[in-house]
Amino acid sequence: MSAIKKLLIEPLRKANPITVLVLGICSCLAVTAQLKPALVMGASVTVVTALSNLIISLLRKGIPSRIRIIVQLVVVATLVILVDQFLKAFVYDVSKQLSVFVGLIITNCIVMGRLEAFAMSHKPWESFLDGLGNGLGYSLILVIVAFFRELFGSGTLFGYQVVPQSFYEAGYQNNGLMILPPMALVVVGVIIWINNSKTESK
Amino acid sequence: MSLFNLFIKSVFVDNMIFAYFLGMCSYLAVSKTVKTSFGLGVAVTFVLVVTVPINFLVNKYLLAPGTLAWLSPNFATVDLSFLTYILFIAIIAAIVQILEMVIEKFSPALYSALGIFLPLIAVNCAILGCSLFMQERGFSNVGQAAVFGLGSGLGWLLAIVGIAAIREKIRYSHIPKGLQGVGIAFIITGLMGIAFMAFMGIKL
Repeated sequence: MSAIKKLLIEPLRKANPITVLVLGICSCLAVTAQLKPALVMGASVTVVTALSNLIISLLRKGIPSRIRIIVQLVVVATLVILVDQFLKAFVYDVSKQLSVFVGLIITNCIVMGRLEAFAMSHKPWESFLDGLGNGLGYSLILVIVAFFRELFGSGTLFGYQVVPQSFYEAGYQNNGLMILPPMALVVVGVIIWINNSKTESK
Repeated sequence: MSLFNLFIKSVFVDNMIFAYFLGMCSYLAVSKTVKTSFGLGVAVTFVLVVTVPINFLVNKYLLAPGTLAWLSPNFATVDLSFLTYILFIAIIAAIVQILEMVIEKFSPALYSALGIFLPLIAVNCAILGCSLFMQERGFSNVGQAAVFGLGSGLGWLLAIVGIAAIREKIRYSHIPKGLQGVGIAFIITGLMGIAFMAFMGIKL
């Protein structure tokens, strides 16, 4: 039981794929200007990581190590196509917003990294949990970044106004810089800072 | 849009790193010294110049809705665009592999300079991202696609060499402990991105 728990909990804080291992930043920062696309992106990555970990782990004994990268890419690409078609069918507006970044889950280093580091050498169930945990760790950071960017950038959360109108009347302004790409990097930098100093002081 | 215009735009305005965060993983991992990051930048540019035009042709003659009509009129309604991801990534992986072998054979010096970076490039998001952007923007001919690939590659090279130079310089600065390493690299990239935003809205 505790082993399962460890697989799920560890990637959230101590071995977080984004803040500690610095994987998978590529496709994630551009989708964090608002909470909704960030949440959808996080869920997509979690699904892809968990399932690809499961599939590769099931196949791990049959994959010749010379061509394993291609095999992994094909499995991941197939899953991403499924996710993409699913998003297009059910949440079309978000899928339009995410544009090429859904496709970029294929080259997301978290997916490939977990396949190489974990799924190739562990049993299916553990690999599935590991993928799930890492996907959730990724989503967690995505949601935190998106929360701050949307709150300060447009004064909304999930598209609903949260900064009261009276603030604007008193002269409060949305910080337009928060919506622009560079601030995502700074926000992640600060999160890494907080995370590092917390784990160090323990 | 003229080719020159497109080139400048893809290097500065739509910079792969600062505007789209593509290829961040290798960007952060390799940017410790100028020399290696220059090598990686050259390799990325090289692969982009080759893969983007090829993916453009694949998209134009195989994937886009109705384009299979050249095979037989029966295929005029076939839409294979859902196969984009798997085909693009397969082509990129294959080309990287071929390039690696060709370079090893004909220019061992270049091969040893690019070294371990070449195989890594297959999973660099900048490469796949560039092809996907190419598809999304609907360029009209191969020339535009090639120039777009070249410009994006050079923009990426510029970014990684820039941050490597800064990281070399700040190695002995007093940075708060938790922020050392990756944290400060993020914030520097953010600041560089703000500087690059000055190019936004430039019309040539």
